[in-house]
Amino acid sequence: MPAEVRLPTVLRAQADGQATVAVEGATIGEVFSALVTQYPGLRGNLLDDQGGLHKFVNVYKNDEDIRYLEGLDTKIDDGDDISILPAVAGG
Amino acid sequence: MASDPGRAPGVKVAPAFMRLTESEWQVVVGSCYDGYPEEACGLFIGTMNDGAPTGFVSEARPCRNEAASSLVYRIDGRDQLAAMRAAEQRGEEIVGCWHSHTHTEAFPSPTDVSQAAWYPDWLYVIVSLKDDAPVLRAYRVIDGDVHEVPVALM
Repeated sequence: MPAEVRLPTVLRAQADGQATVAVEGATIGEVFSALVTQYPGLRGNLLDDQGGLHKFVNVYKNDEDIRYLEGLDTKIDDGDDISILPAVAGG
Repeated sequence: MASDPGRAPGVKVAPAFMRLTESEWQVVVGSCYDGYPEEACGLFIGTMNDGAPTGFVSEARPCRNEAASSLVYRIDGRDQLAAMRAAEQRGEEIVGCWHSHTHTEAFPSPTDVSQAAWYPDWLYVIVSLKDDAPVLRAYRVIDGDVHEVPVALM
């Protein structure tokens, strides 16, 4: 399924300056794998060393936080919008 | 902006002041006391010019601290997206955030500085509750360097 992934400003430089990228995948995890294969510079910002979701990245499917869905296993339907937003955090 | 002859290309200008209304100041500081003893946090919606904050804030929006901790904060991901959508609807942007330091100065911690790299254009407000009177200060964090931005109360 092709999905539209919306990238935050800070990550666009690693995706040829694009704000949205169309990627194939049946789940968020597959979409992310395809995304980091296409744009390897994004890997360290999106995934951790074990291939899980980076601790400080929020991902939304149609405005729902995937941590409250099924995480990287969340299924994608045709035309779903995926947004990536770095978390706002600190100490 | 290429049309600005006084500015070197690619250089973003920090606002001279961050402008907060009395009621925005009260929302921010009030949220910090409400959240105590945990750290409190929120987002500022306002305007950007050429990717840099103008210093104008239209809304101070308290958010839940997902970390629920007195030492760290993480803005609830749902509150963050809701703030972004609200900003988009009025043609504005998220221009910064605030959080409280319950027992330390109103100065960015090393964690605050490193996390700021995700949003390098934002204004970072810290409210210290260390003393009897709250202390609110604003900063830009540019390439890891902390620059204080004076806060003008309107």
